[in-house]
Amino acid sequence: MPEMPQVVRGFGVTFNTIFKKVVTEQYPEDSTKYPPKPRFHGRHQLNRWADGLEKCIGCELCAWACPADAIFVEGAENSETERFSPGERYGRVYQINYVRCIFCGLCIEACPTRALTMTNEFELADNNRADLIYEKKDLLAPMLPGMLAPPHPMVPGTTDTDYYAGKITGAVPEQLIEQELLDEEVSEVTS
Amino acid sequence: MTITNEPGAQVAVPTDLVNVTIDGVEMQVPKGTLVIRAAELIGIEIPRFCDHPLLDPVAACRACLIEVDGMPKPQPACAQMVAEGMNVHTQHSSQVAAEAQAGVMEFLLVNHPLDCPVCDKGGECPLQNQAMSVGRPETRFTEEKRTFPKPINVSAQILLDRERCVSCARCTRFAEQIAGDPMIELLERGAQQQVGTADDEPFDSYFSGNTIQICPVGALTSADYRFRSRPFDLVSVPTTCEHCASGCSLRTDYRRGVVTRRLAWDDPEVNEEWNCDKGRFAFRYQSHGRINAPLVRENGELRVASWPEALATAAGIFEAARGNAGVLVGGRSTVEDAYAYSVMARAVLATDDIDFRVRAMSDEEAGFLAAVVAGSPVTTTYGSLENAPLVLLVDIEPEDESPIVFLRLRKAARGGTRVVTVASHLTTGSEKMNAELVACAPGDEVRALTELSADIRTALAVPGAVIMVGERAAAVPGAFTAVADLAKSTGAALVWVPRRAGERSALDAGALAGLLPGGRPLTDATAREEVARIWGISADRLPQPGRSGRALLENAARGDYAALLIGGVEVDDLRDADLLRAALESETSVVAISTHHNEVTAAADVVFPSGVVTEKSGTFLDWEGRPRPFGQVFHEALTTSDAGVISAIAEVMDATVEGSVTGIRGQIGALGPWRGARTTRTAVAAQPAAAGVRLATWRQLLDLGLMQSDEPHLAATARPTVARMSAATAAANGITEIATLTGPAGAISLPVEITEMVPDVVWVPMNSEGSRIYRDLGLGFGDVVQISAGGRP
Ligand code: SF4
Ligand code: SF4
Ligand code: SF4
Ligand code: SF4
Ligand code: FES
Repeated sequence: MPEMPQVVRGFGVTFNTIFKKVVTEQYPEDSTKYPPKPRFHGRHQLNRWADGLEKCIGCELCAWACPADAIFVEGAENSETERFSPGERYGRVYQINYVRCIFCGLCIEACPTRALTMTNEFELADNNRADLIYEKKDLLAPMLPGMLAPPHPMVPGTTDTDYYAGKITGAVPEQLIEQELLDEEVSEVTS
Repeated sequence: MTITNEPGAQVAVPTDLVNVTIDGVEMQVPKGTLVIRAAELIGIEIPRFCDHPLLDPVAACRACLIEVDGMPKPQPACAQMVAEGMNVHTQHSSQVAAEAQAGVMEFLLVNHPLDCPVCDKGGECPLQNQAMSVGRPETRFTEEKRTFPKPINVSAQILLDRERCVSCARCTRFAEQIAGDPMIELLERGAQQQVGTADDEPFDSYFSGNTIQICPVGALTSADYRFRSRPFDLVSVPTTCEHCASGCSLRTDYRRGVVTRRLAWDDPEVNEEWNCDKGRFAFRYQSHGRINAPLVRENGELRVASWPEALATAAGIFEAARGNAGVLVGGRSTVEDAYAYSVMARAVLATDDIDFRVRAMSDEEAGFLAAVVAGSPVTTTYGSLENAPLVLLVDIEPEDESPIVFLRLRKAARGGTRVVTVASHLTTGSEKMNAELVACAPGDEVRALTELSADIRTALAVPGAVIMVGERAAAVPGAFTAVADLAKSTGAALVWVPRRAGERSALDAGALAGLLPGGRPLTDATAREEVARIWGISADRLPQPGRSGRALLENAARGDYAALLIGGVEVDDLRDADLLRAALESETSVVAISTHHNEVTAAADVVFPSGVVTEKSGTFLDWEGRPRPFGQVFHEALTTSDAGVISAIAEVMDATVEGSVTGIRGQIGALGPWRGARTTRTAVAAQPAAAGVRLATWRQLLDLGLMQSDEPHLAATARPTVARMSAATAAANGITEIATLTGPAGAISLPVEITEMVPDVVWVPMNSEGSRIYRDLGLGFGDVVQISAGGRP
């Protein structure tokens, strides 16, 4: 049999493929059709307790664990009038630098309060470095129904241990009222 | 941990050695050595919490259990002394010891909250480390833990988390044995055991911060550093404290260009492992109220100028003032900065009108300093205090004015040294040193010293005896003469203990009229030759002796100088503040080099910013004369040192003044010590004491000092402002609760605390809230003051 020219054989592959099922996923057009796997390591999230208080205690263990030195945390003390988390300490400054982050997830393993977890969000590209440093406000989980935006006191009659034991199911009106009273006191003192 | 070799003493070769074996290693150690120390010598670490080399052993925590052949039960290594033939097995070679240690660790963790993530000690915590190294890998404890409300304040600065305490009693032993402030105690028993204070008495010790540092867990934390960072965030730089002439070694920790905390660093020859709360907590002044850029005066207003412009303006001022300028260095400069002022004055400004003292001062003092102190080698040290048979204190209150001297004297007193203080009353500080009082009204020092009991005189003649004289003596005519005479006649060592860190530095750098660096007399031909050669000028260009002290200020007040060069000087710190104010208002041009805005910079014609201690390197000389060099913390600082500024001005004037720390150290090294004749002091006679009630006063450790500003927690631990007088004095003036003191500048009213003291004397703090003596009264130490009953504090 005479040899088929190489060129024709090459085109044969191409020609055959035309009639096969397309495996290309169109991005961004079809991205909703192909969500990432549930355990995909995407953008981080700082979670809240059911009443809206922040879970982060500013301990910096995530920053310590991070192999890429992508996290910067500064703790501070919850005061009488301004409480952001149960217990004594909260994360006053929280930044993740997504220019550095390699999405390894070591930080979320280190977090003692499950404050830090990862979402599936991966569309993080940007055209400058500054915008890739996500601040606490960018990372905090959204407020869900039943939550009250901090600062506010813990649910009356509970301690931080109750929060960790999962006994808090949502904000109660007293928390809002108490915070309003505290705010009034503060404004009286300062004015 | 400190190796507690007695400093200063000849290194005694121990003769009494015993043979011990630790983990199979045979060794010889001096009799009486604790097993834990012997093990350290061969690099074997035994876990410990309560053990501390500078505190007496208590064996409270049992973390250090070891097995000793022939002893039925495991023994605490921190309390067990070695004995001849002892065979010790630590956790490394004995299952019994390892199990005992793991058992103790488990027991300690039973009630420990394990809240490491929110604990300031986390990351540098002996409990974390030792739980990892000798504890059980898994917990077996499932029950509910004991809890306490957390945290509680033991003082405004110190917070206590009782859940974390392991009852090691380090803090309470420190307070009792080292500081002598036993305001904290271990209370209750069993699981409820806790550190506590008496109800209404907070732990307001000048040394309270040390307990935070030695607490082996995070039970004690400071309000200032609380949650500010984690150990692994911090960059640590060894530094020297700039607050006083005790010369503590410190460790400065910073994060992202901001100092977060300072710790006492271990220097067995100076501060051992301690420092005072001022040195530990007062550093925010470094970042507040700073001068950021050079300023020049234009149309009566200061405006920001470029460096070249400001340098040219200053150079112009100094060109016109050659031979007729005055230089005030301030008492806080490093040796290197003071040296640059010294060179600038003599070699460039052709003047010897220079002084570093910003306080009460006298010519007698200057003469004494030149003859006895300047450039003298380090002979009397902290170690000598500890070994002294007797220490005589004249016009110095070590607890307020040189806290580490106080700690060392207290240690000495506990070891048998006799401390005698010539003062108006026995302060709590004196009591803690177990001091004897030679009662003496301010101003009567000369008489008190000449009438010293034969017994004290004899004791002073015993080799090793020390006389310490403080800066206040400058306010008493004849005091320095009397002290020097006493030292001469008895043979006792004599040391001058200034309050500020930069005073001895400036003195030895020659920043005092009549003195060249190293204590060289300006009038000595050899000294002039030596110095002129190093400075690269001919000796006849060095000026003749000029003015210092009051004479300098008076000349300035008359407006007789063409220019003044002023370093870090707070006008109100001067006993003669009015003179300097008059000078600032006069036509004299003023060039100021300062870290912070103040009255001088506000009146100056050119102002240069200079660096605080974190922004430069340098050396302080402590009261011993010992160099305390320190490195730069912030290398990216935009400021330069005073020496750098001076060098740059000189350069514009076509002169050379070395401005770099290494260069200046090189010059000082090349000069070497002065071996020629020293100036002789002229005896000054005592003045008869004026009649009336006299004022005793000094600056308390924690007061309104500018370098303690912006430290609310520290300030809250300061001692309350009170006036002290004897019951008789109070009665004679009808005073019960409140006294009003009146002087030429005004009056102050303070609550009275009746104190056993010399009659017709009233003591008030010099620079505390409600009692700023120079400014409010216009009076100083030893002056006659009017007192009356009543008033509103
Ligand atoms: S995912 Fe990994 S790299 Fe990214 S912040 Fe966490 S620890 Fe750092
Ligand atoms: S996110 Fe978690 S690990 Fe990080 S600081 Fe907050 S609590 Fe600590
Ligand atoms: S507070 Fe700290 S130093 Fe004091 S006893 Fe407790 S653990 Fe020891
Ligand atoms: S004793 Fe003096 S040198 Fe030491 S820390 Fe206190 S102020 Fe600083
Ligand atoms: S270290 Fe020995 S008992 Fe505490």
